[in-house]
Amino acid sequence: MAVYSTSEFKAGLKVMLDNDPCAIIENEFVKPGKGQAFNRVKIRNLKSGRVIERTFKSGESLEGADVVDVDMQYLYSDGEYRHFMKPDTFEQYQADEKIVGDAAKWLKDQDSCTVTLWNDAPLAVTPANFVELTIVETDPGVRGDTSGGGGKPAKLDTGAVVRVPLFVQQGEVIKVDTRTGEYISRVKE
Amino acid sequence: MDWQPSCSFELLRLRARMLQKIRQFFADRLVLEVETPLLCHAIGTDPHLNFFSTECTSLKQQALFLQTSPEFAMKRLLAAGCGSIYQICKAFRNGEAGRYHNPEFTLLEWYRVGFDLSQLMDEAEELITALFGESMALQPTQRISYQALFQQVTGLNPLLFSYEEYASYAQNNDLIDAVSLCGQDHSSWLDFIFSHQIQPNLAPNTLWLIFGYPACLPSLAKVNVDNPLIVERAELFINGVELGNGYYELSDAKEQARRFDKEIASRQAINRPAVTRDDRLLAALEAGLPDCSGIAIGLDRILMLLSHSPAIDEVLAFSISRA
Repeated sequence: MAVYSTSEFKAGLKVMLDNDPCAIIENEFVKPGKGQAFNRVKIRNLKSGRVIERTFKSGESLEGADVVDVDMQYLYSDGEYRHFMKPDTFEQYQADEKIVGDAAKWLKDQDSCTVTLWNDAPLAVTPANFVELTIVETDPGVRGDTSGGGGKPAKLDTGAVVRVPLFVQQGEVIKVDTRTGEYISRVKE
Repeated sequence: MDWQPSCSFELLRLRARMLQKIRQFFADRLVLEVETPLLCHAIGTDPHLNFFSTECTSLKQQALFLQTSPEFAMKRLLAAGCGSIYQICKAFRNGEAGRYHNPEFTLLEWYRVGFDLSQLMDEAEELITALFGESMALQPTQRISYQALFQQVTGLNPLLFSYEEYASYAQNNDLIDAVSLCGQDHSSWLDFIFSHQIQPNLAPNTLWLIFGYPACLPSLAKVNVDNPLIVERAELFINGVELGNGYYELSDAKEQARRFDKEIASRQAINRPAVTRDDRLLAALEAGLPDCSGIAIGLDRILMLLSHSPAIDEVLAFSISRA
């Protein structure tokens, strides 16, 4: 893997830090007076998701991390692992619940998502920004209410619970923004 | 191709107006504008300033250095008896690039014969106030000693190094890399803590004049006559941006030679390219530098503040990436 010096650090660069793969978010060159130059770096640990601030002496370097985002199809869960497939090569990957994390509640069989691979092993899973899911459980709404004000909880076929307007009924398919967990619209069959 | 300027025409005009005001400011005070070479046989020994070097084909391939500041040549003019002088020129620092740094930048440097540090700070304040006057009203200037400010913010004494106290401060303030980067080096600790904890938290829209630097950060400043732990050095900040660095100038040739040798040794210790001391500057000091104070101000950063530009590229006609 390539080695990157502080002057090459830029947002999005993936590097190894304390044996974990990390992504650089922000890099600021700091030079006090005529003193030692530093780089203050905001960095996300890709395993834990935590963002930390670190300081390097300018000119220091870090090893690059072999981290890539790959579009994959979510296949199924076998109870222990979830299985994904690269649609072009049919190559399959499996990831445990710890890696899939919060993405699990948005994953429906056959849907596409992004799997982050580190040294060709899944590191994290990101659902598509928008997913279409079926409501499996919600209270019957008030007839004629189309304002969407207030709303009610609705359980989706993946297990996620979102707030939907009162007029949306059980059995309907809705579009949800996975980044906010918010209802966007009904989907016409 | 990115052939177009990185700044707007408005910024070109703002720069022109700023230069005009500066020249008027010094003309009113009978300070002489000078030009000194940017390409010289010698260079500063500062361990943390990296330079550009080249060689001249007509001078038996002698090494020449693009100046990191015009200080040495200007001091030779002062020693020759020219009186108070100023210069607006380019300075070059290799490897310095970022939001506030371009490897080639514009400096205003001036020397006042007969001024001590406090008089020089008065004048710097007048100049800054004149430049900011119309577009950005500043709060009353804060003038505070390095020691008082450092102690106020951190509770640590910057003049006396205690590894235990500094390290425990770092630990309590989430400065996780401080111990491994600074180790037993007092000046690295001061640079680290000042740049991480103090500089970003200086009250905004205010000119900060910070004076009386710890003796381990002497540069070319005289040692304080009452306290040998302090040097007569001052720095200027606005909105956490370092704008200038000034000294009550060291005039003792022997002390200057000692500092050169010490810095040359530090350069060697951290594997920086070797340099030799500037014998012409030492000869000039030997002949006698008049009692004077001098300061350098980064004009591109002044423009950044005046135009609220978040990056230095936005105030340069062509930043280094498209130079």
